[in-house]
Amino acid sequence: IFDEVYYGQYISFYMKRIFFLDGSGPPFGHMLLALGGYLGGFDGNFLWNRIGAEYSSNVPVWSLRLLPALTGALLVPMAYQILLELGFSHCAATGAALLILIENALITQARLMLLESVLIFFNLLAVLSYLKFANSQKQRPFSLRWWFWLTLTGMACSCAVGVKYVGVFTYLLVLAVAGVHAWHLIGDRTLSHVRVLCHLLARAAALLVVPALMYLLFFYVHLTLVCRSGPHDQIMSSAFQASLEGGLARITQGQPLEVAYGSQVTLKNVFGKPVPCWLHSHQSTYPMIYENGRGSSHQQQVTCYPFKDVNNWWIVKDPGRHPLVVSNPPRPVRHGDIVQLVHGMTTRFLNTHDVAAPLSPHSQEVSCYVDYNISMPSQNLWRLDIVNRESDTEVWKTILSEVRLVHVNTSAVLKLSGAHLPDWGFRQLEVVGEKLSRGYHESMVWNVEEHRYGKSQEQKERELELHSPAQMDVSRNLSFMARFLELQWRMLTVKSDDSEHKYSSSPLDWVTLDTSIAYWLHPRTSAQIHLLGNIVIWASAGLATAVYALLFFWYLLRRRRCIRDLPEGCWLRWVLAGALCAGGWAVNYLPFFLMEKTLFLYHYLPALTFQILLLPVVLQHVADHLCRSPLLRSVFGSLVVAWYSCACHVFNTLRPLTYGDRSLSPGELRALRWKDTWDILIRKY
Amino acid sequence: VTLLSFATRFHRLDEPPHICWDETHFGKMGSYYINRTFFFDVHPPLGKMLIGLAGYLSGYDGTFLFQKPGDKYEHHNYMGMRGFCAFLGSLLVPFAYLTVLELSRSLPAALLSAALLTFDTGCLTLSQYILLDPILMFFIMAAMLSMVKYNSCADRPFSAPWWFWLSLTGINLAGALGVKFVGLFIILQVGWNTISDLWHLFGDLSLSVVTVGKHLTARVLCLIVLPLTLYTATYAVHFMVLNKSGPGDGFFSSAFQARLSGNNLHNASIPEHLAYGSVITVKNLRMAIGYLHSHRHLYPEGIGARQQQVTTYLHKDYNNLWIIKKHNTNADPLDPSFPVEFVRHGDIIRLEHKETSRNLHSHYHEAPLTRKHYQVTGYGINGTGDSNDFWRIEVVNRKFGNRIKVLRSRIRLIHLVTGCVLGSSGKVLPKWGWEQLEVTCTPYLKETLNSIWNVEDHINPKLPNISLDVLHPTFPEILLESHMVMIRGNNGLKPKDNEFTSKPWHWPINYQGLRFSGINDTDFRVYLLGNPVVWWLNLLSIVLYVLLGSIIAIAVQRGAHLPAEVEGLSQVLLQGGGQLLLGWMLHYFPFFLMGRILYFHHYFPAMLFSSMLTGILWDTVLQLCAWSLASPFLARGMYAAGLLSLLLGTAYSFYLFHPLAYGMVGPLAQDPRSPMAGLRWLESWDF
Repeated sequence: IFDEVYYGQYISFYMKRIFFLDGSGPPFGHMLLALGGYLGGFDGNFLWNRIGAEYSSNVPVWSLRLLPALTGALLVPMAYQILLELGFSHCAATGAALLILIENALITQARLMLLESVLIFFNLLAVLSYLKFANSQKQRPFSLRWWFWLTLTGMACSCAVGVKYVGVFTYLLVLAVAGVHAWHLIGDRTLSHVRVLCHLLARAAALLVVPALMYLLFFYVHLTLVCRSGPHDQIMSSAFQASLEGGLARITQGQPLEVAYGSQVTLKNVFGKPVPCWLHSHQSTYPMIYENGRGSSHQQQVTCYPFKDVNNWWIVKDPGRHPLVVSNPPRPVRHGDIVQLVHGMTTRFLNTHDVAAPLSPHSQEVSCYVDYNISMPSQNLWRLDIVNRESDTEVWKTILSEVRLVHVNTSAVLKLSGAHLPDWGFRQLEVVGEKLSRGYHESMVWNVEEHRYGKSQEQKERELELHSPAQMDVSRNLSFMARFLELQWRMLTVKSDDSEHKYSSSPLDWVTLDTSIAYWLHPRTSAQIHLLGNIVIWASAGLATAVYALLFFWYLLRRRRCIRDLPEGCWLRWVLAGALCAGGWAVNYLPFFLMEKTLFLYHYLPALTFQILLLPVVLQHVADHLCRSPLLRSVFGSLVVAWYSCACHVFNTLRPLTYGDRSLSPGELRALRWKDTWDILIRKY
Repeated sequence: VTLLSFATRFHRLDEPPHICWDETHFGKMGSYYINRTFFFDVHPPLGKMLIGLAGYLSGYDGTFLFQKPGDKYEHHNYMGMRGFCAFLGSLLVPFAYLTVLELSRSLPAALLSAALLTFDTGCLTLSQYILLDPILMFFIMAAMLSMVKYNSCADRPFSAPWWFWLSLTGINLAGALGVKFVGLFIILQVGWNTISDLWHLFGDLSLSVVTVGKHLTARVLCLIVLPLTLYTATYAVHFMVLNKSGPGDGFFSSAFQARLSGNNLHNASIPEHLAYGSVITVKNLRMAIGYLHSHRHLYPEGIGARQQQVTTYLHKDYNNLWIIKKHNTNADPLDPSFPVEFVRHGDIIRLEHKETSRNLHSHYHEAPLTRKHYQVTGYGINGTGDSNDFWRIEVVNRKFGNRIKVLRSRIRLIHLVTGCVLGSSGKVLPKWGWEQLEVTCTPYLKETLNSIWNVEDHINPKLPNISLDVLHPTFPEILLESHMVMIRGNNGLKPKDNEFTSKPWHWPINYQGLRFSGINDTDFRVYLLGNPVVWWLNLLSIVLYVLLGSIIAIAVQRGAHLPAEVEGLSQVLLQGGGQLLLGWMLHYFPFFLMGRILYFHHYFPAMLFSSMLTGILWDTVLQLCAWSLASPFLARGMYAAGLLSLLLGTAYSFYLFHPLAYGMVGPLAQDPRSPMAGLRWLESWDF
């Protein structure tokens, strides 16, 4: 069903312990889902390729969906608890729980193998445990209970961030509230300096250090679990790939570490965009005249090729000596050395000169030099510049060193321009010499991936040698921190295609529920599952937020003029409830306006949950403080009951779309299409 | 201070005598004002208008073409425009001096801030050329200064100086916003200051609510109404001056273009009613969408059907031309033997693209970006297609059978087979679509401007041309429209992949400069780079300020009793410094959220604030150190020594780096023979 397809493939990767990279969120959420699969005995063998495909018998659907359902169910008691801890009555707390209970969207989302309900669970847990902690602060600081809730706050926060990045907004909210409380604590002059310091340190440890450690732990477990190479290897650096079982590790295992004169190497571009590729050359030459009339040097093409190929091999040559083999002992190449690069299969030298490159005319053309005996001398000396060196005499290392090749005559730098050559260049990527090296850019940096010491003097033997697989003798390991940093960086920068999805929507549609998502349609009947909210609850939650804001500013202005409508305790409670519920809604909703990724209705659910919690707060406030006569109060009470039964009715009406358990007739479906923009699927017979 | 500032800014102002960097844009736009031709730019008009005015007054005739950086000015008088920018740029230093003096009441702090700005090569370079930045920074600093001045008049509300500074703040805000939208940040700063000010007044129970109301009204008048009026006035002048058709016409609606003399819609005389066989252009009614357009390129593989692209395009182009044909016959309606037949509301028509002879077509395929809509393509050969090429033409709010009027009729095109409506989503297509806008056929019949079009050009030799008095748009309409176009233009400035772009975190560390002119060792080179000593001192000061500020704030919150001197100093540090820190943050952090392409020079307004903060901070730190020393003689000595070393240090670093700003010829800095050898402290600087 819908995004289960997406999460399912990662579960399968976990089951098979294959490395993958998912830019949408940290691994904790995926791991939780995979835990369900593990307990259910899932072997990972299922092709998650089509929405609506029938699950085969080896997929333990029940246990896979158990965890989201469990967390979704726990939201109800947690809502109750939060309202109690905020200092509201049992009645209001029950109201909050009952509202969460009949929210169709939350139910739909919780019943499937999706992460939103897990995220909301941790969000609410963070808020709840912080409130418990703040309340026990008044009674017995530093008690066991106090420590427990404080640490739980930190842990819940990091879990929320670990499930989805958007969890960070709730974390920031909790931090802000904790910061304000801590600031009051600093101003409390009844406490000694030492005691204040202890308080602050305890908070810092639990709310900053613990989450950071937990977050690292998630990645540690993730990297331990997925240790085999898989389809996403190519995005990672060579060093990272070498740390995975199988794949590149098998090839590079035992390669010599230090590149020496006479080494045979493949050079991979570090930037790897639009695709990871290796420096390549082949027999074809640049066309004499390009389509737009510019001329070329007509020398042998040099490109970047995204597949492993024997033409990717280059030999590092000392300009002062002839042999193309490694001497004994090998003479390593160091930072700053001048080298020539010889293409293995054609024995031509890597060359660049003042001729405009085919697609980037501001840069120099890079070619393999062919001597046409015209006045164009070869310029094939390159200076080696190791970017990540620690000392100026560092040796060029396989995989680990990131190098720039600077042309000696023109000081141009070898660069991947990212453009695809036309048909004469076989659609491979263009490589150019960048004259104006404006600082560091990864597209100019290369690293040696495969490497061996060249042994054969003769060209024929050498060709044979190049065709044979590389084999070697040293192995290396990347530290966990380096792997974590690289993985995290790639996850944040990997580009998801931002094209619009059929069911994507804009944040403005969410408040008014102007959009829906069709999750699933029964292959034969018209039973279907939709992500649709309980429209009564959505509308009244939005209204409650507006009422809260209005009342809040009204009271604030009046208090400034020293007119106190509310007793102090009541006012503080009202502010704290607003800060957490209205604030929780705002921080989980407003940032989406700045995001450029594809957005769906379910992104609104965390914000909605907080907004629903605000509803009983406002209702109780109106009943207690604005309805002055008992008559008014009872009228208001009955209105609330009527409103709630209305919400129940809507829930019941939309129930077939929430559970997808009953096939509806086209007429019934058409009747359910309350808004034009709801994409309810009606079969045409 | 003022003299020194003017001396440094005007020194060798005439060099280099060729176009540097963005002078090519802003000089050109200045010329447009002098020539009164209409153009389009993503920035509001005030800055360019002032440049144009300066050029006009100094005798520049607007004939220079400003084609590309490096072109020689020759006999053209460019000094007036440069001099004007340098004049405003020079005023930044005295403004900073006065602001700091007002905030800290300490002459040394003000001197230090002024020195930092005078000796900063970056500010100097930026002030010497025909750019918007000196004008923008002038207004920002002037607004800051008048705000600070007016704050210190707070004890005499409604007095003459109070009114003067308050309204001056408003005027400068209008100026800042009128030059670039970045001026919004200083408006936020003033807004914040005003709100907290009002909050204090409101909490003061000795003032009646009526008095507070008066305060509020005064601020609304001076800080909202006045700036808005002035800002609108600049647009009024802009539209009044630019009354000739120019390169910016196509960005605007048909009605707007009719105002411009030289445009083909000005005093238009075209056939009034649409007839079969007419050649037309179709323009979307929503602002800044453009003309219905097609070209000889197919949709790429995997995006709908591989047929010819249909887009909307803002520029006038022969690919915008379409021919109206009857749906069931391919006969040439312009054949003289046929009678003229008018197109009527509700007719079924075909639209044939004139250049490629393909029909406007739609079918049940997802549109390239808006997946909920259907794809629109060009289909068929020489006008022969299929039934998916049929569209019903409807005029909004008209009865069936009416003729369709050029320019005035608001038409909808409804696809006959699928029942969807032709519209533009306003989304920018990727590279394969040449970054033109997407055209879709939307199955939702909701009435929005996106799916309503009008006919703009109309050519039909068989019909008599009549003069059309097009509805003139009102001024608010023009104003709104030009803002929509500007916002769209700003969003369109996106960086490309595999290209070096400046990142906001580069800026405060002075990571990389901008080449203003010249590359090779024989060229006259000017390189925009901050004086590293000044910039790194600023960076250090911000860290130190946050540290010191939090220590003092926590001490106060803990109820520590500070000695009177320290109390005074910490007041200056927290309040005066706090305002400057806020200014720095407001002018810096929003750039992290911007998706558009960014350049190094965007940091300079923030840099002004951080230099002023540095002045206050070091003065306070030195005074605190001096205070903690026992002997008054030693204390005074230490204070003077510290201040002098800071002043002389910046002056000396300016002596070292001045060739960056005043220009250098000769070998590049890597070369040991270069005068700049050894000064390339970061490898990323390339001068």
